[in-house]
Amino acid sequence: MKGGYVRKEFYLVFVPRKSLLCEKKLKELGVYGSFASVEEFNLGLIPFDSDLLSMEMDESYKECYLQNDFTSMFFAAQSLMTLQALYGTIPYVYGKGDCAKQVVDMMRRMKMEMGGVEPQITPQIDNLLILDRNVDLLTPLLSQLTYEGLIDEIFNIKNTNVKLPPEKFVSQEEKKNSKEPLPTEPKKFILNSADELYAELRDKNFNAVGAIVSRKAKTITAEFDERHAAKTVGEMKQFVSKLPHLQNVRASLGIHTSIAELVKEVTDSDEFLDSLRCQQELTHGIDTDKVNPYIEDCIAREEPLSKVLRLICIQSICNDGLKPKVLDFYKREIIQTYGFEHMVTLSNLEKSGFLRPHAARTYQVIRKTMKLIVEDVNEQNPNDIAYVYSGYAPLSVRLAQYLARPGWRSITEVLNLLPGPKVEEVQQIPMGLRKRRASVTSSQSSMGEQKLTLVFFLGGVTQAELAALRFLAQQDDGGTDYVVATTNIVQGHRLIESLQEHIEPVKLNPF
Amino acid sequence: MATADWNPLGEVYYRKCELYTMEWSGLVDLAKHTVAASSYGGPIALMKDDSKTARVTTTIKPVISVYNAAGKLLSQMRWNSGTVVTMGWSATEELLCVQEDGVVLVYDMFLTFKKTFSMGQEAKDVKILDAKIFASFQGTGIAVMTTSFRIFLISNVDSPRIVRLAEVPGLNEAPNCWTIVVSDRQARALVAKGGELYLVDQGGQFQQQQAELSENAGDITELAVSFNNKYLALCTKNGALWIGSADLQKKYCEFNTSSPMKPQQLVWCGNGAVVALWDKLILVVGPDKDWIKYNMDCSVHLLQEEDGLRIIGNDTHEFLQKVPAVTEQIFKIGSMEPGAMLYEASKEFQKRNQKADEYIRMIKDKLEVAVNQCIQAAGQEVEPGKQRTLLRAASFGKCFLTDYRPELFVNMCQMLRVLNQVRHHSVGIPLTYTQLEHLSMPVLIDRLVLRKLFGLSVRICQYLKIPDAEGRSRILAHWACFKVQQKHEDEEKLARAISQKLLDVPGVSFSEIASQALEHGRKQLAVKLLDYEPRASEQVPLLLKMGQDQTALTKAIDSGDTDLVYTVLLHLRDKMASAGDFFMMIRTMPIACSLYIQYCRQQNLKLVEDLYYQEDNSLEEGNCKVIRSYTLEHLEERAKLLEDAMNCFHRCKNEFAAKQTEEQVRLLRHQRRLEDDTGNSYADLSLQQTLRKLIGDGNHGHVEKLRKEFKVPDKRFWMLKISALAEVGDWSELEKLSKTKKPPVTLEVFVDACMKQYNRTEAVRYVSRVQPEQRVKCLVKVGQFREAAEAAIENKSEEDFDYVLSRLGLADRQVAETVRGMRGQLMARR
Repeated sequence: MKGGYVRKEFYLVFVPRKSLLCEKKLKELGVYGSFASVEEFNLGLIPFDSDLLSMEMDESYKECYLQNDFTSMFFAAQSLMTLQALYGTIPYVYGKGDCAKQVVDMMRRMKMEMGGVEPQITPQIDNLLILDRNVDLLTPLLSQLTYEGLIDEIFNIKNTNVKLPPEKFVSQEEKKNSKEPLPTEPKKFILNSADELYAELRDKNFNAVGAIVSRKAKTITAEFDERHAAKTVGEMKQFVSKLPHLQNVRASLGIHTSIAELVKEVTDSDEFLDSLRCQQELTHGIDTDKVNPYIEDCIAREEPLSKVLRLICIQSICNDGLKPKVLDFYKREIIQTYGFEHMVTLSNLEKSGFLRPHAARTYQVIRKTMKLIVEDVNEQNPNDIAYVYSGYAPLSVRLAQYLARPGWRSITEVLNLLPGPKVEEVQQIPMGLRKRRASVTSSQSSMGEQKLTLVFFLGGVTQAELAALRFLAQQDDGGTDYVVATTNIVQGHRLIESLQEHIEPVKLNPF
Repeated sequence: MATADWNPLGEVYYRKCELYTMEWSGLVDLAKHTVAASSYGGPIALMKDDSKTARVTTTIKPVISVYNAAGKLLSQMRWNSGTVVTMGWSATEELLCVQEDGVVLVYDMFLTFKKTFSMGQEAKDVKILDAKIFASFQGTGIAVMTTSFRIFLISNVDSPRIVRLAEVPGLNEAPNCWTIVVSDRQARALVAKGGELYLVDQGGQFQQQQAELSENAGDITELAVSFNNKYLALCTKNGALWIGSADLQKKYCEFNTSSPMKPQQLVWCGNGAVVALWDKLILVVGPDKDWIKYNMDCSVHLLQEEDGLRIIGNDTHEFLQKVPAVTEQIFKIGSMEPGAMLYEASKEFQKRNQKADEYIRMIKDKLEVAVNQCIQAAGQEVEPGKQRTLLRAASFGKCFLTDYRPELFVNMCQMLRVLNQVRHHSVGIPLTYTQLEHLSMPVLIDRLVLRKLFGLSVRICQYLKIPDAEGRSRILAHWACFKVQQKHEDEEKLARAISQKLLDVPGVSFSEIASQALEHGRKQLAVKLLDYEPRASEQVPLLLKMGQDQTALTKAIDSGDTDLVYTVLLHLRDKMASAGDFFMMIRTMPIACSLYIQYCRQQNLKLVEDLYYQEDNSLEEGNCKVIRSYTLEHLEERAKLLEDAMNCFHRCKNEFAAKQTEEQVRLLRHQRRLEDDTGNSYADLSLQQTLRKLIGDGNHGHVEKLRKEFKVPDKRFWMLKISALAEVGDWSELEKLSKTKKPPVTLEVFVDACMKQYNRTEAVRYVSRVQPEQRVKCLVKVGQFREAAEAAIENKSEEDFDYVLSRLGLADRQVAETVRGMRGQLMARR
């Protein structure tokens, strides 16, 4: 290659999808023609776990409710069509919220566009429930209290990856022995149910995690000790064959002990506990119509803005909107403390429904009818989904729960109070493809009746909601198994931050 | 007798059967025409040839007529272009007319002009002598020989790419004959120069080839390549007919026709025999020198087919073929084949003769073979009567078989039914079963559609249960496309007729039909049809093309496909004269508006602002101005823009925002003044940060001023002051502050502020003064766990004690032990 001109070929692949405007820009810049080929790798729904698909569109809520841009809903509808092409037309479709209606409308349209070519597959999913985040804004704002939820809240899980401070993951011996300085790069972990221990821990209330970890530690030690008991070659061989598995479990146990310690440092702090207390007061509807002294103090202490906004939004929702005086007070405090540029952020929050002026009282009715507040919830052995927020049951999951049993007809009143239209649609399945109802004589009649419901969250789902749905699926009397698809995975900070207007001021010229 | 028309040719037999009595009989004399017929039962094109009539050449242009294979006139036109050298058909049944100047004109079988292309500049400059149309591996190819004896060739008329072949050395007069041989995915030309043969290829190579001919054979006058390009036949001046392989390596025979005259046509019958035509005499020569002679009543035209030869005459259309092996097995006199026996048995059975049983017994264990033979033989018959007797025999044989798979039988019945339909003289496609197998059913249906036989093709599709998407829908779409071209029909009626027929048919592309209508200048019809198109992605671009902007936009929005909306929006923006008009158009559509704003936001914020202004959305306009103000680096500009924003907020009655903006402007000016006074920078700080900095600097006068002006609440101000003082370590000022009467904050705040600066000594000072109920907490904060525990015990509060316990993780181990031990005391106190 000495001195020679090497002609390079450039290929462009759009991930996760192609965009007209992007192509246009490339054309404007005059480089579009120089690509050997322009392709698209449409990711659609990315499988994150055996029961979770995410499109990883982090801005989806903002686009829909702030910018009135429903592109992400189009992609959601497309991905649902793909899913149906693979797993059969889903016979029953339910939905709540404006975006849900949009998606169902678009799906109907797409079906028409296909010109009657329907997937010739027996449906493997029985129900589709499409929930618009707008229907339940409160849940993602509250602090999640499951193990995975807390990891997400504190360290931000991104595409099932989490980066953690490395100090905790160096064993004592390593600390002593290594002469090199300790690693400063954050340590990366992949969190999913492939890790046996994590699968068990992820959905537990954090208060129950300690007990499980120590019990596991005991059993694993006991199993390691079996080698002393092994006398014959056969027994030894049996032990050795188990060894890789045991070592895996032990390694994972070490990791999760460390992660739990990191989480505990935060959950034991005054800031966390005080904030949690404040949230609980608000969700219980205590003094929600006044300026909350804790929030006031947070502002005065200049705590992170997203935390403050999160609390104010909770109060706004639990009070069905704030009185103008209270709202203006908060807004003024924020502008004076954090800067005038946040006025746009506040305006964004008002536009997207998080902050509202005082409106009709609905929260109390919904809270009572849907039993959102559960006293004395059992965190160790839960009997209700409310354990995921230690006493608050996410409305979104309650809607799914009521849909499965006894049906939405029983909560018509609540559904009317919630924003956006309700969707109930039956998609006809050709006779030959219908699921055969297990006959009375069939031995499977009790087993095979488990129905599969796909819950599609538009605008994001929290880890705690996932935990709650998994909890419902495990209930013996539930009769419904859940698979979750979502535009993205949210938690309060990320949701609020996505709505913040990021202004980068240029430096003022001092002259 | 089934074998009556069989003629033996060596070991095999040839038979000639009539396909049609020509409809043109009495009207057309082939001798006066140039004939071009298309293989696989395709149409026949005739052009009146003046040279053949040997009259005085006139300047009147010839007439070209196209007939189906049964001689039914399909279309006719007067040629009004240059002199046609060669006519021929492409694989997709398009008529190719190669002109003297190398221009190729392409027509469909109804003589509708489709396209034209040239065979290159050289061909145009020097004219061409001759052209050959051949079946290439890619489709249909054309080769021309120019007057300078060069050969130019294209392999596919659908995408003409001209290749020049190598030159034949020393060729300075027109060769006697030449032909194209296709092998190894390449077309080469075989050129006869005197008695020598040259094979020239596309890579510029030539190769002299020698046919093993007897010495006095003379020059080669005619060449013929077989249908499969494997065999070659050639004629010489002295009447020798040589048959061999296409690469001339192998010679099968040399037959002396003893005719000094060059045959009019030299062609192959299938791949098994060579046929030469002299006016009314047809000579069939087999590879072993066997021969058959046929005398015809009139001059005829011969056409090679895959499995035989079509003989087109003035009155009849005949088919010459080798008797298929299976037919021979059944019908040959004295044949003992199982099929023949079964056929006999079936015949006897019809006659109610017990001999039937005898025959069946004879072939009992070969019955399956017999049935298969009868089925296959049925396929080889043209006459429905013969097909029927053979199928009946097969069906009879089937009765004696217990687990015979019926597919073969059913399939043959279906194919024959279709074949008999298309062979009907009104359709005129005389396909044999073998040809159909090669052509495939979808292609046959396409050919019916090409002939505009929509009804028949739909019925065939339904009969064969071809899925709608491949069959019926596609045909109906073609029908509609054809329909919209009929200018005499009323648009309204047509739109209704088309939609009625097509609406319930899945997978019909209305956009395609509409675009066809548009091409024929029927815009209104196109608009109407397009309304039925369910796929927005197809519909919208066409609507734009027709200038139906508003509809295009609505449809794009309905589809939810953002890219589609952008396509329309950007198209409109570029098209509309003024931005105002454009915005007026989209303003009624909120989705379009928002998307356009999104687009502008990425381009230029000022543009967004203008849009909001036009939309009378003062709140958003104000917000935009606020955001944009941060991009300006001069204070006055920034202040000016913020004042504009303030007016916007006033306009939309958002007094709160207006007030805040106004305060911000004031703050900016204060900060500038402070900068001028103190030399410190306060730019881009919030009020709180400004105050903090001022407190730190000890500039209490200004602090007080700002505090009053901006009405900072007491409590926040105190907390700010406490933490600011602690930050700069002004402990004495802090203590002074703590002793003020009625402070709006508790002493805990002081403790916190000190601890935040890690100053425990200072913190402890305040702990002693803390209210009893906060005491425990504050003691824990300063790390005095034991004291905290004691205080808890004093308060008799288990809750407090537990709090202390929960915080012991941070304590010294010894202290922790002590505290844990104190639990007993608590119990004792209670």
